[in-house]
Amino acid sequence: MPDRRDTGWMRELERRYRAKAARVSLLVGILQAVLLAAFLVLWEAAVRYGWLDELLFSHPTKIARTLADLAASGTLLPHVMTTVIETTAGFVLGTLGGTLLAALLWWFPVAARVLDPYLVVLNSLPKVALGPIFIVGFGPGYLAIIMTAVAVTIIITTLTIYGRFREIDANYLKVVRLFGGTRWQVFRLAVLPASLPTIVSALKVNVGLSWVGVIVGEFLTAKRGLGYLIIYGFQVFNFTLVLSSLIVIGVVAALMYGLVSLVEARMSPGYRVR
Amino acid sequence: MDVMLRLSGVSHAYVGPAGALLAVDGLNLDVATGEFVSLVGPSGCGKTTILNLMAGLIRPSRGRVEIAGEAVTGPDPRIGYMLQQDYLFPWRNIRDNALIGFEIAGERSPEAERRIDRLLAEFGLAGTARRYPHELSGGMRQRAALVRTLAREPEVLLLDEPFSSLDLLIRLQLEDLVWETVRRRGVTAVLVTHDLEEAAAMSDRVVILEASPGRIRSVLDVPASIRTRLPSEARWDPDFGPLFQRLRSLIREPEGGNAGHAG
Repeated sequence: MPDRRDTGWMRELERRYRAKAARVSLLVGILQAVLLAAFLVLWEAAVRYGWLDELLFSHPTKIARTLADLAASGTLLPHVMTTVIETTAGFVLGTLGGTLLAALLWWFPVAARVLDPYLVVLNSLPKVALGPIFIVGFGPGYLAIIMTAVAVTIIITTLTIYGRFREIDANYLKVVRLFGGTRWQVFRLAVLPASLPTIVSALKVNVGLSWVGVIVGEFLTAKRGLGYLIIYGFQVFNFTLVLSSLIVIGVVAALMYGLVSLVEARMSPGYRVR
Repeated sequence: MDVMLRLSGVSHAYVGPAGALLAVDGLNLDVATGEFVSLVGPSGCGKTTILNLMAGLIRPSRGRVEIAGEAVTGPDPRIGYMLQQDYLFPWRNIRDNALIGFEIAGERSPEAERRIDRLLAEFGLAGTARRYPHELSGGMRQRAALVRTLAREPEVLLLDEPFSSLDLLIRLQLEDLVWETVRRRGVTAVLVTHDLEEAAAMSDRVVILEASPGRIRSVLDVPASIRTRLPSEARWDPDFGPLFQRLRSLIREPEGGNAGHAG
């Protein structure tokens, strides 16, 4: 608690501190805007003056026009929604599935030892390479794309969360056991809540990984979605379309990440790891 | 005298990749109902192992552990256990932490909640029910852990160096609090500590153990003048100095031919 005995000069200190913090924030914001503007201007100029190939690099005004046309004709939104739904399904299912697998490994330590080398191999395997198999197995469509995203996220999630389960201070488990707690109660009352921050941060990492899975999945099989838009643009040599899609992906992915961070902040009031 | 806790011929070996390691060897110990016994000894004398055996967390490799005449086969609601640190769950507030014993037993009820609120108030934690552990000082947290342990009214309290992580002043306060609580409720207590002063000030009987493997070297009865006083006051008793010296000499005594291997 701040000391309130003589607040005059202390309030002045606080005021100066806040003013300085505000000035720094403003400066950072301005620099960020300047950087973006400079990048766009340089890009535009580089293409217009022929320093860069227009076919390959397009330029900002052309991209803006393409995006505006796509949005106006109503074709952009379905593509965005398709990809957003697939990505969300991917990271949610990947995180839940990974947590469930980690719980099973915790419950059956022998299984964990048996499966260890297989998990390591699976983890180092580029999972998107499984895409063709999913397309044949689940049919060309949403399911194959979502499964690709799940494949990318689930193994690393399992390993991370199982690792967390095992490093929890044994004394927390002892507390539950001392009160006659069953193995299930040890898991539910100590292991799982102690791992919640790790699970949520896995969720955040999986947002990014899920995008990789979904875009590759859409490259392979989709008829709709931002990944499809990129492949289509490439096939007709319309790199303006490719870059436009890329920019939309950047914006939507950042929004999604922000949303998950917000959920993270809301989820555990008062929670502090010792 | 009623025996609350009895260890007869208890040996325990931990088995690992390096082979079997004898932690406790042929221990015989009776603790009477309402008695306060301290176990002191160098590290490696199996103090925590003995408490884990009494709590039913591990089964002895040899021998028998009994509570009120029955064999201990697993954790028992009649036995409360305090750890070296509070180990309150950081994601639960103080009240929910204290209620965990009821919750595990499937007995969480408005009545149980009222009892916890009463206990929290009794231990000076009335305003902290909705606070989280990290918001409390070390002494308050250890008091909350004591409430958690006492919530289901155990008849035996096992104390595993519960004051070792606290500042001296807080430690003295908590010693008094635990001592009073144990006496007032007629609870049987076993305290494990490496602090000889603490052992002498709190208990009726001090058991001196030797290390690797843990076995009883000698047992010292505490004079009545010290036994009946609060631990913080007992330290000023004229009999306390001699008792402490006696304890110290007992613990330092060379162990015959084994002296070279000890510690």
